[in-house]
Amino acid sequence: MHFNYELFLNYLIQGLANGALIALIALGYTIVYGIVELINFAHGEVFMMGAFLAFTIVAATGITSTDPLYQIVGVFLIALLGAMIFSAAINFSIDRVAYRRLRSAPRLAPLICAIGFSFILQQIAIYWKGPVSISPPPLIPSDYRTYNILTELFGLETKVRLKPIDVAVFVITIPLLLLLTWFIRSTRTGKAMRATAQDQQASALMGIDVNRTISTAFVIGGLLAGAAGMIALYYNNIARAQMGFRYGLFAFTAAVLGGIGNLSGAVLGGFLIGFIWAMSDGMVKEYIPSWGAQWTNSVIFGILVIIMVFRPSGLIGEHTTEKV
Amino acid sequence: MAMLELSEVNTYYGNIHALKGISITVDKGEIVTLIGSNGAGKSTTLLTISGLVPPRTGSITLEGRSLTGMPAHAITGLGVVQSPEGRRVFPRMSVLENLEMGAYVLRRVDPEDLERVYELFPRLKERATQKAGTLSGGEQQMLAIGRALMGRPKLLLLDEPSMGLSPILVDQIFSIIREINQQGTTVLLVEQNALMALSVAHRGYVLQTGEIVLADSAANLITNDMVRKAYLGEE
Ligand SMILES: Nc1ncnc2c1ncn2[C@@H]1O[C@H](COP(=O)(O)OP(=O)(O)OP(=O)(O)O)[C@@H](O)[C@H]1O
Ligand SMILES: [Mg+2]
Repeated sequence: MHFNYELFLNYLIQGLANGALIALIALGYTIVYGIVELINFAHGEVFMMGAFLAFTIVAATGITSTDPLYQIVGVFLIALLGAMIFSAAINFSIDRVAYRRLRSAPRLAPLICAIGFSFILQQIAIYWKGPVSISPPPLIPSDYRTYNILTELFGLETKVRLKPIDVAVFVITIPLLLLLTWFIRSTRTGKAMRATAQDQQASALMGIDVNRTISTAFVIGGLLAGAAGMIALYYNNIARAQMGFRYGLFAFTAAVLGGIGNLSGAVLGGFLIGFIWAMSDGMVKEYIPSWGAQWTNSVIFGILVIIMVFRPSGLIGEHTTEKV
Repeated sequence: MAMLELSEVNTYYGNIHALKGISITVDKGEIVTLIGSNGAGKSTTLLTISGLVPPRTGSITLEGRSLTGMPAHAITGLGVVQSPEGRRVFPRMSVLENLEMGAYVLRRVDPEDLERVYELFPRLKERATQKAGTLSGGEQQMLAIGRALMGRPKLLLLDEPSMGLSPILVDQIFSIIREINQQGTTVLLVEQNALMALSVAHRGYVLQTGEIVLADSAANLITNDMVRKAYLGEE
């Protein structure tokens, strides 16, 4: 059987882009889990709210794909920043209003609250923009929607397509990932977060304000989720109140797959799931005609089960030092 | 005015009445020791001072300022630094990072402080990049003490600093305690090793099931019959 490498590369690009988005969201699950051992089930909705705010900002400016490029880039960046701040504020508030009061309560109490917030945010979103899928105002100039960087810029004769939006995804996510790594590894606050994740009492004895450090974790998770929301909005050209569910579930799975609490693990898991997602949604059909995208969830969770059986603490779990 | 004053402090764990109205003073420049058998409430006393297990009633003041109701991190910020029981180093951070966390309250690490700790515990310098969780028990104890010193404490609370150390290191730890005290740090020391503690301290309190049963100079306590029988293992 002939291996269609051009098709493969196309799905690989799509997989990496989706993987980058999942990684951004997965980091929010893992950072929060690392520090308070709570699965923040509302995190997918925090991501969705970022996308919704970005939508609203772009619509409010009235700028569309026919405006000058600098205005388009400008509004894109403003919407990105707005989404990040908005999602961070939501995540921070949920922690302040509910989780913080339940720190010493049984584990199930904050967990059920998280599920509650997930539904509340979805309802707010439905009230905000209606129950059906909506397309964001077009921002990407029509020339660029079909523009293939590999052909136009590098003069390659190929069916592999690298679109500006793909590049935009990486240009935004990779610096964010590097910034986060640097922040956690090297800054005073980042070290305080790691210390708090390892021993809260001892951290308090060092003079670390544990509550503030936990808030910081929620804020960082929210910032990343908001950025992912804005990017997803324009990568998929669609938004709906339930969009947080699939991304959230995949991101949570990515975090568990990589080793919950572990930053590199979340990123690795994110890319892995993005890759499987793209392959299962598209590539496999080439070889198994009866295959369809509806199989993707089963494949992803099947792989999750297999990895969990052999490595219960995730791909990079337990023995590493890079937990938050 | 005493540097630290506990007056009629009652601390509970749920229904367990762990500290039953204890009053303790520590003057500036002193080494004061708290001795007592297992479960007497020594660690609870230090946790109460640090704000981790706040008292239900009674008052705690530092240089006349009330610590009651203050969160633990703020108390550390005032210069009351504790090296807790069981070391409690950050296992997945390096030795150096642990020492940096000790200096968290100072906002930045003074290289001279680091040098001083490395001078006191050369072993820590050799292990600077090693993860604290992989250190031996004794090395972790050195790290816990070194970490506390990095915060330049006014008042240093030490909970069983000699635990798990070989006899030579125990001697060394006690001479270090004396040394840092002479350099101006006030020390409140909790120890199982009562003889050692009393030989380095100026004064001592004997704690029994949450109550102070004796308070005297270290010299008097060391010759006290009851202390000799109960805590120094004499017949
Ligand atoms: N977290 C806790 N919850 C409930 N009870 C506790 C807790 N910590 C301590 N206690 C109880 O409080 C009492 C005093 O304990 P504490 O740890 O202060 O003793 P200690 O004098 O430090 O003993 P040791 O010499 O064994 O360290 C004990 O009876 C102990 O069982
Ligand atoms: Mg104790």
